[in-house]
Amino acid sequence: MSEIAAAKLTKKDFQSDQDVRWCPGCGDYVILATVQKMMPELGVPRENIVFVSGIGCSSRFPYYMNTYGFHTIHGRAPAIATGLKTTRPELMVWVVTGDGDALSIGGNHFIHVLRRNVDVKILLFNNRIYGLTKGQASPTSELGKKAKSTPYGTIDAPFNPIQLALGAGAGFVARTSDADTAHMSDVLRRVATHRGAAFVEILQNCNVFNDEAFDSFYAKDVRDERSIKVEHGKPLTYAGGKKGLRIVDGQPRIVDLASAGSTNGAAGACEEGAMVWDEKSSASAAFALASCTAPDFPEPFGVLRAVERPLHHELELAQGRSVRQKAGDGDLAKLLAAGDTWTIG
Amino acid sequence: MATTRVGTNGARGIQEVPTVTIRFCGDSGDGMQFTGSEFTRVSAMAGNDLQTLPDFPAEIRAPAGTLAGVSGFQVQFSSAPVFTPGDQPEILVAMNPAALKTNLEDLVHGGMLILNTGAFNEQNLRKAGYAKSPLEDGSLSRYKVHSIDISKLTATALESSGLSSREVERAKNMFALGMMLWMYSRPTEPTIRFIQSKFASKPGIADANEKALKAGWNFGETTEMFQPSIVKPASLPAGRYRSISGNEATALGIVAVSELSGLTMFLGTYPITPASDILHELSKHKNFRIVTFQAEDEIAAIGAALGASFGGNLGVTTTSGPGVALMQETISLGVMAELPLLVINIQRGGPSTGLPTKTEQADLLQAMYGRNGEAPVPVLASCGPADCFDAVIEAARLAIRHMTPVILLSDGFIANGQEPWRFPDPKDLEKIDVKFRTDPVGFQAYLRDPATLARPWVRPGTPGLEHRIGGIEKQDVTGNISYDPENHEHMVRLRADKTARIARDIPPLAVEGPASGDLLVVGWGSTRGTIQQAVKDLRARGRSIAHVHLRHLNPLPSDLPAVMKCYRKVVMPEMNMGQLRQVVRAATLVDVHGINKIKGKPFRVSELVSAFEEHLS
Repeated sequence: MSEIAAAKLTKKDFQSDQDVRWCPGCGDYVILATVQKMMPELGVPRENIVFVSGIGCSSRFPYYMNTYGFHTIHGRAPAIATGLKTTRPELMVWVVTGDGDALSIGGNHFIHVLRRNVDVKILLFNNRIYGLTKGQASPTSELGKKAKSTPYGTIDAPFNPIQLALGAGAGFVARTSDADTAHMSDVLRRVATHRGAAFVEILQNCNVFNDEAFDSFYAKDVRDERSIKVEHGKPLTYAGGKKGLRIVDGQPRIVDLASAGSTNGAAGACEEGAMVWDEKSSASAAFALASCTAPDFPEPFGVLRAVERPLHHELELAQGRSVRQKAGDGDLAKLLAAGDTWTIG
Repeated sequence: MATTRVGTNGARGIQEVPTVTIRFCGDSGDGMQFTGSEFTRVSAMAGNDLQTLPDFPAEIRAPAGTLAGVSGFQVQFSSAPVFTPGDQPEILVAMNPAALKTNLEDLVHGGMLILNTGAFNEQNLRKAGYAKSPLEDGSLSRYKVHSIDISKLTATALESSGLSSREVERAKNMFALGMMLWMYSRPTEPTIRFIQSKFASKPGIADANEKALKAGWNFGETTEMFQPSIVKPASLPAGRYRSISGNEATALGIVAVSELSGLTMFLGTYPITPASDILHELSKHKNFRIVTFQAEDEIAAIGAALGASFGGNLGVTTTSGPGVALMQETISLGVMAELPLLVINIQRGGPSTGLPTKTEQADLLQAMYGRNGEAPVPVLASCGPADCFDAVIEAARLAIRHMTPVILLSDGFIANGQEPWRFPDPKDLEKIDVKFRTDPVGFQAYLRDPATLARPWVRPGTPGLEHRIGGIEKQDVTGNISYDPENHEHMVRLRADKTARIARDIPPLAVEGPASGDLLVVGWGSTRGTIQQAVKDLRARGRSIAHVHLRHLNPLPSDLPAVMKCYRKVVMPEMNMGQLRQVVRAATLVDVHGINKIKGKPFRVSELVSAFEEHLS
């Protein structure tokens, strides 16, 4: 019954009756609308979907989704989602988090959920600032960032979330932005269908405390020149095909396709100069690509890595099956009487 | 308890002895825990009642031969019911000078001292701080000393074994065990079988240990150095028994909860002394509905457990005081989200890292008040190794029935201590009733059961009941976010009421002793056996004294004030500065007097007897 119902679901079915309380103009609205729009396509019954979040602006997300939801505590959503998914593998579990929640207070759980490959979908809204506590520097704020907590500029170097996830062994790592909903939809679809921990960094504009944080490379007028779309099996080109990227000795290198002696046809030029992206290749290639940051390099957007790894809950289930095969189904009477026993009277 | 010789057994000259307390002690590398538990196992199978007290350093291998590296294992075994591991050993087996130095003061005057003279060399004597060998300076004259070169005798027995001198040296504990088995007329076969299976992959080591064990047994037989004795089986209630430690019983209790409730039990935990053995035991039993998860830290451990509970199974976490400190925020979330959750704290000496391998009862106030805001949580305590099994089931029952996190306090003393357990037939255990809401009609996430005030438990995956919960204050009934001042006060009072109502489920208190009189001893947790024995001894001397032991610490049993008022005076022994006393005084305005010991060691019966005497006079 529920499958039939799921087939008929629309975006509206995923909207809860709660008032959305983000600031007007917040990038979170765009993400919420994009997710709600994509959900019916997945064909997963609403009741089998759970959104788990921590604390922060992003973490209010579950209240607005008409699915099961658990708004937990700061940084701990991956841990809570792990216990849920491990015991209820049939549920589709999403984790919604932010740069402070996932990378500062929850850094430990973030890396461990990825290394274990718990089959959860992690949406990290990265606005490079603390919003809910009103404007302190975050672990992704750029060095020297002047914020309420850092009037003279932060002296803490930022994390690169993509590199951190890759270093933790993530099988699926992607990046998108609230400024490009079409791209976000494509990436979210990949996130949803990946088997295993799937991590996506969504650059999200906080128009109150860190407005235009990504404009230097993602404002419409500079986007083509300063960012690059990463697609499996396609060459890494940007700037209208005039430029490309290669990874040489573990370092990104910009290839000037226009002056490489090739014709204007971008495709021809790519074969010679730009690297054809393989999302299944080594994590180190993705790591090198993720090191591309503005203004020296184009910022990468897309699926940087997608490889399947053994699923945490399947390993757990397999272990249970193998113990049952060897020892038989659990028998409490037998267990209590195990080892040496003696009888009195 | 003093050994009383009660006549001899004719031709073989075997003396019958009612009760014996032995302590094995040596360097932490000498295998004293293994020796002690094996002696215990054999005694248990012989039908004795018994209790044990392992005592070991926090370091895995402190420098050999030093005072800090001494490890001990004490067991009291008897033909009568035993309530404690014994105050003071009558027999002390000391494998080196450091063990002698740190343990001698506990040996009863006139007690037997068995010394491995092979370890009494100049270097070891110096490490133990002896200027002169105690074997020669007459300082041991008040004891019956047996000086035996166990090291050399073991080496001689293993001359042709082909093992290294280090491996030979490590078998000397089996020689000592062999002697003690002979002394108490025990067979060696069960131990030989155990050795062979334990070292199955190392046949050379297995054979060496077996040989050393037999050599020790034969040494007893041949030299006639010791009076052979026997401790007859105890007249315990009829039934089938096994030996059990508190941590094992806790793990088995968790399995039982799964069987009784039909739920998967999810243990999220992080290794910590003295709780880790629960994980070790439970992780073996994955042929039951058991999932064990060794998390990245205690916060993740309890978080994952709460996630499992949100999913409609029962999350449990096992830890010690420092772990609970990290878990409190998640316990708070459990209080707010009104989800069942089981938090088991095997208390140890604190604060901070404190005394990791020693026992204490100083986490009660942390359990009751250690969270931000008004966050009441039911708190229970287990009071003996075998009792941990029942306590876990009771805690889980309350968590599910009342939709709340429950904290169960155990401690290092009962976690590692062993006793015989008349284990139940699972058919006799009461099922745990679990109700999931499935009906969407009229559903509200915080609609309450009128009797318990519990909200409905909904498994995600149930169509039509999709809802969101979280840590922000809830509007009553709907569960929606609410910052309304009236609602907040209402919810705070409601959560308090919900916890207080659990008292309705608590059975009337069972008082041991007269229903009124001079002195009532109120205890909780691992002090039960010691209090029981002390109260029994004093009643035998005609004193008017009774004992009541609390399982439920929050809420308190509703009949506690009435019971306390039947006695002239109320005392409460605790291994802390008086934490439950403070709670009980505040709740009942009864002037409870404290008897407090904070040494990382359990009370002795004699300590309580004299403290009670003081209050009686």
